[in-house]
Amino acid sequence: MRKKALWTLGLIAVGLLLSACAPNAGQDTLQPVGDVAEQQKALFVPVFWVAVAVFIIVEGGIVFIALRYRQRKGRERMPKQTHGNTRLEIGWTIAPAVVLAVVMVPTVSLLWELARPPEDGALNITVEGYQWWWGFAYPDDDMVTDWDRPITIADTMVVPTGRDIYLSLESMGGGAKDANEDPDFQVIHSFWVPQLFGKQDVVPGRTNHIQFSVDQAGTYTGQCAEFCGLQHGRMKLVVVALAPDDWQAWVDGQKTLAPAPTDELAKRGEQIFLNPLSDGRGACTACHGVGDVGGAAAPNLTHFADPTHTCFAGCNWPTDDREALAAWLRDPGAVKMGAKMPNYNLSDEEIEALVAYLYSLT
Amino acid sequence: MASVNVAASGRGVLRRPKSLTGFSSWFTTVDHKKIGIMYGVAAFVFFIVGGLEALLIRAQLAQPDGTLLDAEQYNQVFTMHGITMVFLFVMPMSAAFFNYFIPLMIGARDVAFPRLNAFSYWVFALGGLFLYSSVFLGGSPNGGWFGYAPNSITDPSIGMTFYAIGLLITGIASTAGAVNLAVTVINMRAPGMTLFRMPVFVWMGLVVQFLLVFSLPIITVALFQLLFDRRWDTAFFDPTRGGDPILWQHLFWLFGHPEVYILILPAFGIISDIIPVFSRKPLFGYQFVVFSGIAIGFIGFGVWAHHMFAAGLGPVANTAFGISTAIIAIPTGVKIFNWMGTMYGGDIRFATPMLFSVGTVTMFVIGGLSGVTHSIVPSDYQQTDTYYIVAHFHYVLFGGAVFGLFAGMYYWWPKVFGRQLSESAGKVHFWLMIVGFNLAFGPMHILGLQGMIRREYTYPETLGLTFWNQVSTVGAFMIAVSVLLFIGNVVRTHLKAKGTTIEDPWDGRTLEWMIASPPPVHNFDEIPTVHSLDEFWHRKYVEDERTGTLVPAQAGASDAPDESHEAHGSIHLPSPSYWPLVASIGLPIIGYGILYSWWAIGAGAIVAMVGFYGWALEPSVAEE
Repeated sequence: MRKKALWTLGLIAVGLLLSACAPNAGQDTLQPVGDVAEQQKALFVPVFWVAVAVFIIVEGGIVFIALRYRQRKGRERMPKQTHGNTRLEIGWTIAPAVVLAVVMVPTVSLLWELARPPEDGALNITVEGYQWWWGFAYPDDDMVTDWDRPITIADTMVVPTGRDIYLSLESMGGGAKDANEDPDFQVIHSFWVPQLFGKQDVVPGRTNHIQFSVDQAGTYTGQCAEFCGLQHGRMKLVVVALAPDDWQAWVDGQKTLAPAPTDELAKRGEQIFLNPLSDGRGACTACHGVGDVGGAAAPNLTHFADPTHTCFAGCNWPTDDREALAAWLRDPGAVKMGAKMPNYNLSDEEIEALVAYLYSLT
Repeated sequence: MASVNVAASGRGVLRRPKSLTGFSSWFTTVDHKKIGIMYGVAAFVFFIVGGLEALLIRAQLAQPDGTLLDAEQYNQVFTMHGITMVFLFVMPMSAAFFNYFIPLMIGARDVAFPRLNAFSYWVFALGGLFLYSSVFLGGSPNGGWFGYAPNSITDPSIGMTFYAIGLLITGIASTAGAVNLAVTVINMRAPGMTLFRMPVFVWMGLVVQFLLVFSLPIITVALFQLLFDRRWDTAFFDPTRGGDPILWQHLFWLFGHPEVYILILPAFGIISDIIPVFSRKPLFGYQFVVFSGIAIGFIGFGVWAHHMFAAGLGPVANTAFGISTAIIAIPTGVKIFNWMGTMYGGDIRFATPMLFSVGTVTMFVIGGLSGVTHSIVPSDYQQTDTYYIVAHFHYVLFGGAVFGLFAGMYYWWPKVFGRQLSESAGKVHFWLMIVGFNLAFGPMHILGLQGMIRREYTYPETLGLTFWNQVSTVGAFMIAVSVLLFIGNVVRTHLKAKGTTIEDPWDGRTLEWMIASPPPVHNFDEIPTVHSLDEFWHRKYVEDERTGTLVPAQAGASDAPDESHEAHGSIHLPSPSYWPLVASIGLPIIGYGILYSWWAIGAGAIVAMVGFYGWALEPSVAEE
């Protein structure tokens, strides 16, 4: 009778196992790389198998009872009227309690382990959640740029391998406005990079923390996990983990400005970027910063074309996709509905020049 | 037979309507059975609407970068799906069953406050329509059924104001209904119907009403604060002006977690009565099942912060709520074993109600087990806000509650309508639904573990989520087909000529099966005197003391006329009334007033006051 259901469940269980080796699973919590994600998986997996055991016992019991005691045609009978069995019932109250008590021991211990204060020498990064993109600032003393500000980037978070990293999560907003004059608000986000660490909410007025490390250089994708408004689904990020030498080179590069553009188109783009747009259309630098120029309400573009900055606008489009970048500049709201960058009615020439300028910011 | 008399003497300023039949009687009825049917029909309509929203979600997610819906539409659809299924389907459908069957199962003629009962229904129905009117008035709520502040206060569209007002209105309905049903159970039981002779369904009904009475005030406070933040610029949840967004989460989940048990316990009650009937055995460990239900009710108030493990409450709070979350699994597990114990050794008939009941148990086990994995907090940092959670609560609320509600529909249909739904169609419905259900929600466990977050309107191909999303969409449409089959079954059953009256088609155990189907307006010709748990069963069968086996009772042996004092007297039934409907109409008018005009607030208040004064001043019964 219940075979079909059991088959379905069996297939699901098999699928669950197969998913552990699915390709392209860039956010798979069962393929952890960072230490925190590994510990979290190490807690989940044994509990999962305990649950599987309970599942088999209980569902197997139900299927057995259903088959064994089903009414057969023409052999209806009046069963023995049992009303209960106190000893048995106390038993099956205590048994799950014991199992759960055992499970809670590693749970509580890991919970406190993950909440520990920052290790000595940990790299501090302030994670800033905006509607709907991530910004990253490096407040440590040795991360100050030539123009006396902390290194600040957007969309991709660059970290060294083999070092503790201590994230401080801040909800930001209130600076930018979209075409309807609706500002970006401080709302709750949740910072999550599945292969590195489980999520922590980014709550306005509070600072939550994540401490993690990763030994393997590579890129790891993540995204905002708490519903944060219209474009919650397009608030993504990439973590780029660099080996110590590459990391140092990256830091040195971030501390200095990109070389000034040389070709004419990029130079023209620079002028468009740095000066107010004609006809009172506004100014790029009202929100975007490059070096010591410009505001902080929108992604910092100082090293927009750095090789680690692989995606833009909430990490939804590849930085090297010239078409996507041009489409974004033409009308951000058409590309990403509700984006807090208004349409500045840029001409095709202006867009071409700005793209060239942005690509010069290596 | 005793004469039914709804028209005794009575004087007052106003007249009461008399008609008990016909179209207009539905608007004035105070009969718990008619109100129960209206609750059921309205809830089922909302189930269809919520189901269509679910299909839109699944169609959008059937492929990466879906474009069927844009971000704004998607946010509105998933928000309304959640609100609809929780507040406009499962809660009122449970209310339908409680309304109809609690009086019948405790041997009462109606609920304690019949007009308040009608008021509850109309307020719920109008509150639901108020919420859905937002679709035509600038966009429906778009901040999730959980309405997290500050997003819910800062969102520039009008939807979340509708959310706050709409849920306040339906909250009034639930509060009034809960008080009414709790008083009914406590005060209106037939002679001999002690608390521990009540069917488990009635017990779970009582627990749910108390959960409602204690949890609804919390969400009411939160919704008022949200409404004031949105409409009158207060700053309860606005962090930039000293408010605290986490306060909303505490208030919401302090209501929201008991709410989970408000949704699931009615189904537990239903199947606790169905499984013994179809196993032909008493419920195994009746007291254990009752007390575990009560325990769930209490502990359910102590686990709310497990929805907030990632919010940064700190390790002490997370430890405490992790442990309490594990603890609540224990009384829940007890019920599962007791249901198995009931079936064990029985003579199990797999009629449709039993299939859905066993489906409830088996599916809920999966939801319960995944629920336990939420209590291992550090691992929950990975799973929370992913499709793993979506899978979990659909196994609880669809696999548990909805399957249980369908079990109840098939079980009690003959009693309510005097016609039995087709068994063969019912079985096809069950198998289609359970297979579709597992295809739809099983893969979501995998999707969540693979890193698919909730509430995203689209996902990229590169994450490898496409295949299981497609499976899930196929499953969702299978569920839709099974529901269509159910509707077809209902239509076909009711097109056929009325068959012979079915009083006791399943060999039932409880009082409602003693009377005609459908029950007469006064329920019982004579209020039965109750001697034991499963009273009706023991009137039909006598347990042989030596062997423990049952033999049919000799006719007339134990169901001889009770020592009834009103056997031939006239039966007083509450008269119909217009005023509950009038009073309830005032509330959505006030709601629109909050949105648009102070004048409408006044007008709505006047309508409501007219309703309440009419209610107070009308004669206690209709004139002869």
